[in-house]
Amino acid sequence: MNRRIFRRLKSNVMTGVLMACVLAAVLPLLFILGTLLVKGAGSLSLDFFTKMPVPAGESGGGVAHAIVGTLLMVGTACLIGIPVGIGAGVFASEYPGNRLAILSRFVADVLNGTPSIVIGVFAWTWVVARQKHFSGFAGSVALAILMVPMVMRTTEEIIKLVPHSLREAALALGYQRWRTTLQIVLLTALPGILTGALLAVARIAGETAPLLFTALGSQYMGTNLNQPMAALPLTVYTYATGPYEEWHRYAWAAALVLILLVFVLSMGARFATRRMARLGG
Amino acid sequence: MAEATTAPMLTGEPAPAPAATRPRLETDKLSAMYGKFTAVKNVTLGFAPNRVHALIGPSGCGKSTFLRTLNRMHEMSEGGWITGRVLLDGEDVYASRVSAMQLRKRVGMVFQRPTPFPTMTIFGNVAAGMRASGRVKPAELKEKVERALEQAGLWNEVKDRLHQSAMALSGGQQQRLCIARTIAPTPEVVLLDEPTSSLDPQGTQRIEELLYQLKRDFTIVIVTHNMQQAARVSDTTSFFYMGTLVETGATRQIFTAPREEKTEAYITGRFG
Amino acid sequence: MTTAVSAPRAAAAPTGGAFSLEHASRGDRVFKALLTLAAAAIPILLGFLVYELWTGSALARHTFGLTFVTTSEWDPVADRFGALPLIFGTLLSSFLALLIAVPLSLGVAIYLTEFAPRGLRQPIANLIGLLAAIPSVVYGLWGIFVLIPFLRATVFPALKGVFGFLPFFEGPIYGPSMLSASIILAIMIMPYVMSVSREVLLAVPGSQREAALALGATRWEAVVTAVVPYARTGIMGAIILGLGRALGETMAVTMLIGNRHEIAASLFAPGYTMAAAIANEFAEAATPMHFSALTYVAFTLFVVTVLVNAGARLLIWRVARGSGAGSSAL
Repeated sequence: MNRRIFRRLKSNVMTGVLMACVLAAVLPLLFILGTLLVKGAGSLSLDFFTKMPVPAGESGGGVAHAIVGTLLMVGTACLIGIPVGIGAGVFASEYPGNRLAILSRFVADVLNGTPSIVIGVFAWTWVVARQKHFSGFAGSVALAILMVPMVMRTTEEIIKLVPHSLREAALALGYQRWRTTLQIVLLTALPGILTGALLAVARIAGETAPLLFTALGSQYMGTNLNQPMAALPLTVYTYATGPYEEWHRYAWAAALVLILLVFVLSMGARFATRRMARLGG
Repeated sequence: MAEATTAPMLTGEPAPAPAATRPRLETDKLSAMYGKFTAVKNVTLGFAPNRVHALIGPSGCGKSTFLRTLNRMHEMSEGGWITGRVLLDGEDVYASRVSAMQLRKRVGMVFQRPTPFPTMTIFGNVAAGMRASGRVKPAELKEKVERALEQAGLWNEVKDRLHQSAMALSGGQQQRLCIARTIAPTPEVVLLDEPTSSLDPQGTQRIEELLYQLKRDFTIVIVTHNMQQAARVSDTTSFFYMGTLVETGATRQIFTAPREEKTEAYITGRFG
Repeated sequence: MTTAVSAPRAAAAPTGGAFSLEHASRGDRVFKALLTLAAAAIPILLGFLVYELWTGSALARHTFGLTFVTTSEWDPVADRFGALPLIFGTLLSSFLALLIAVPLSLGVAIYLTEFAPRGLRQPIANLIGLLAAIPSVVYGLWGIFVLIPFLRATVFPALKGVFGFLPFFEGPIYGPSMLSASIILAIMIMPYVMSVSREVLLAVPGSQREAALALGATRWEAVVTAVVPYARTGIMGAIILGLGRALGETMAVTMLIGNRHEIAASLFAPGYTMAAAIANEFAEAATPMHFSALTYVAFTLFVVTVLVNAGARLLIWRVARGSGAGSSAL
């Protein structure tokens, strides 16, 4: 066979192989989302969102306790994690050569790569072991620890995009340093910072491992952070690995709710990024 | 102090010698360094009030660095420091009890690229400098903003959209907005660092016309790499070369009968 | 003229005569102090983490020393712990996951950077990025009720039929197994390996490809001979990044791997990983030694992941420095 034709053919075949790879990559995604919808949507009802779980094996009831738990713990984690993360990110971008900034940046990357179960163990020894009981607060701490390095890095990257000339113009007007950073730099970078924060929230909302032995999970509705607390991902885990058929159905529904929550937060974040394109300079 | 404010070139007469008043802003043996590198060497130069003073010279001659020492922006650069003095109305602005921030309220600066604050409206931008100083009554603020926009020649174009984003303006308009923002807090001196180099010819012309009006109220120092611009707008011109001040004098004299050989070589375009 | 916004220190002036410079106002000082506090919190946090893991594992470390990683007996009742199966399982599952995921990811990355129609590139990349947003526990759920039944019914028997003579494919097929867990792991790490590879490939200068094409290569040949080799360090980095993620994956693994402290040759047999063991046993551990052993496992996992990730970032940085590739969460 003509060598050139063979090479051409090979090129086309390989392109086909590559397209097959793309299909193989996208298929699981569609499959998972499809299964969630099919198996989970059926169980979604008002009851599901508002009721508490019923004794095992019975039908009815819902995961209201888990939704409340997730909201509470994620909310508390945000209260701690977002300010610290943004503060650290601003510091690292305003004083980039500073030794603390370099150290902080490096450590944030290390923490970002640490498995969340390890963070869970840390939160356990730090909070649970000392308090001698499981608590939603310990879960929040674990989630906050996960959040801080994420928010820090995204904040830093966004602020670096704000042009220097903007800072200079403010300083030349007689603005103080802190006011320049706060009013000019931060405000201009705000959409991007919020995006980063929302993405971090989406990530921790779906985390199960760090909650396994901090918040522990619960079958009851609770708003007391000082006690074990339920969470959506924990509920999915418990129901999925439990023995009851009912539970398995609820696991699908809870997973669907969880995925919707995560996706809405992520989409919201990406939406905000597009508005960032209006950043002048 | 009624001085003829016509351009030196138009009347065909030599510009009237500045009255023997104390220069508004002057430097005394000023050197500016970046770390070990000396960018500006031993410059002693005075700027008479209510005049336009141009600083010209080839790229890298230190004229921008020099300008930035006048409002203490130089020290914001990596490794920037100075020796010598800069005096505003006789007072050393680098004295330890002088706050650079306060200084910048009296000596304003317009940069090469227009930099309106993207999160503020047109009104907000012009008001920014005054708001940073503390509480100003809203009525007074409105008046000052209007006045500044008028002086910057922008009022008619934006009076109906003061509360829209500043980013919607064209490049030339944005630069005039930056000028309005700089003059709104009524500084004494206005420094301009190549303010028209990113604008088109119309935009450039409008700003040059502005400088004419502005010198009635402010002392103006402008850095420009465009000799013709310097010849058009300024009353005095100072020629910088490799960090040193080679020659300074009335613009007319510099451009028709320079004393130094280097000045002549630059003016006649033998090097750029 | 560079203009950094940091106030220069007077001490940086090489000769005397430097003037006192920018005075920080009180507002500036307070602001900087607050920011410094926030920034310092991060290294302090890591310090605490290392400290707590180190002291928490002390009991197990002193009792077992290195035999912890060389023995297999895991007996909470007798308080004897050997983590070899955990380490073996972690390494094997990650390795298998990479084996499956890397060719796929690379294929997708190459397709997206070189062959895909322009309009499709970002949408497909976004779609695959969605895979990274799915929580691990949801993967586990799907794995238990969809993937495993499917594998058990089709793929596993087929493998056993064809390759049953190999020790890897011997023995009974349960469902939850090393291979099942590895497959779900592969799906989970694929978006990461793909996206970093893509960024690395995008950083290859176009001139490389053009030079090959100008020499008469086909598109495929240009990619394989010019573009990919140029980016190979970065791709290596992407792979190691994927490894780092696979090592730490917990929920999906523990739901699919069978959770048995055993080293088996067969991929159909259940196994265990470090992360899965911690997830499974920590909440119910009863004795201080059990806790300590699990903390020891956590510490080991931490050290291994940090080293692997550092290696990955070093490689990626070498090729695509400044492009931010791999630096932040997907």
